[in-house]
Amino acid sequence: MIIRIKGFIRKLLSKLFKSRKQLKLGLYGPVNSGKSTLANRICKDFLNEEMSTVSKIPHETREIIAKENVVIKSDGKQLTFNLVDTPGIATKVDFEDFLKFKMKAADAKQRAKEATKGVIEAIKWLDNMNCVVIVLDSTKDPYSQVNITIIGNLAARNIPFIIVGNKVDLRKANIKRIEAAFPQYEVIGISAEKGHNMEELYETLFKIVK
Amino acid sequence: MITLQFIPNREIANLDQDSKIKKLLNIVKEEKIILLEGRLTAEEESSLIAKTMEQINKRFKGIEIATYHREPKNIQIIEKIRKTLTQILLGYEHGMTIIGPASIVREIKKDPNKIELFMKTKKRR
Repeated sequence: MIIRIKGFIRKLLSKLFKSRKQLKLGLYGPVNSGKSTLANRICKDFLNEEMSTVSKIPHETREIIAKENVVIKSDGKQLTFNLVDTPGIATKVDFEDFLKFKMKAADAKQRAKEATKGVIEAIKWLDNMNCVVIVLDSTKDPYSQVNITIIGNLAARNIPFIIVGNKVDLRKANIKRIEAAFPQYEVIGISAEKGHNMEELYETLFKIVK
Repeated sequence: MITLQFIPNREIANLDQDSKIKKLLNIVKEEKIILLEGRLTAEEESSLIAKTMEQINKRFKGIEIATYHREPKNIQIIEKIRKTLTQILLGYEHGMTIIGPASIVREIKKDPNKIELFMKTKKRR
């Protein structure tokens, strides 16, 4: 209840000061869903530069990374965002998982320690966001509790959000499965790496922050 | 041996968020799998994840969690009000939540009709 009231007040204040303050656009999702790849794609599209490092090893992004003044343009309109790339949210972190990627034990332990802090940071930052793109891996099971928790928290806080099913260029991708898991929300299939369907994402972004 | 501990909703309904999370995490850290009657709120779930991350160490690797809940369709307005009031007073009493230690539960797979728990098997020498 308190969280809903807080969300309402925040939304009211953000509407009042919208013209003066830049909107924070957060990229949220589980680990390795392609949030940093999407952050880089957005930056490449509008700034011609990248903002995050990407890796196949889980928990590559372990700190909040923000890029200010990202002007997103679509269909003759434009909006200026502070783009916030967040660490992937997970319910478990085991340093032994990193050893599979031939990482040294000490490095793996350090990475695990930083990853746990990153998850906490990402959760804390939810309250600062004006809108969010939830990045899901369309090749993975969408019914994971992490996805449900992120969506539930954004809905409770009245933060507008879009669900994207990333990696649609991969053979195992299944957007219909994400749509079936979250039938009350629109799901946009994209490939952040290849740049597929980004225009639809930008158009939807304009609709939700209007 | 795997221990399942059932927690009825009334056992945690009157606890504040921190006490609720602490109670659940303490049980999971004893390497027990919790079958919780009802669900946590979204805020409680994110707090559970954050607290889990704070407590990860050599022995405790985190949790696996899944909820099962089916929202009835076409419910009448009176029933909706009753449900909302109950949720405010008692939390989410409907549905079921499974929380297990990641050291024992490898994965919880869920689809709209079932929840499957995949356990970790110990390697035999």
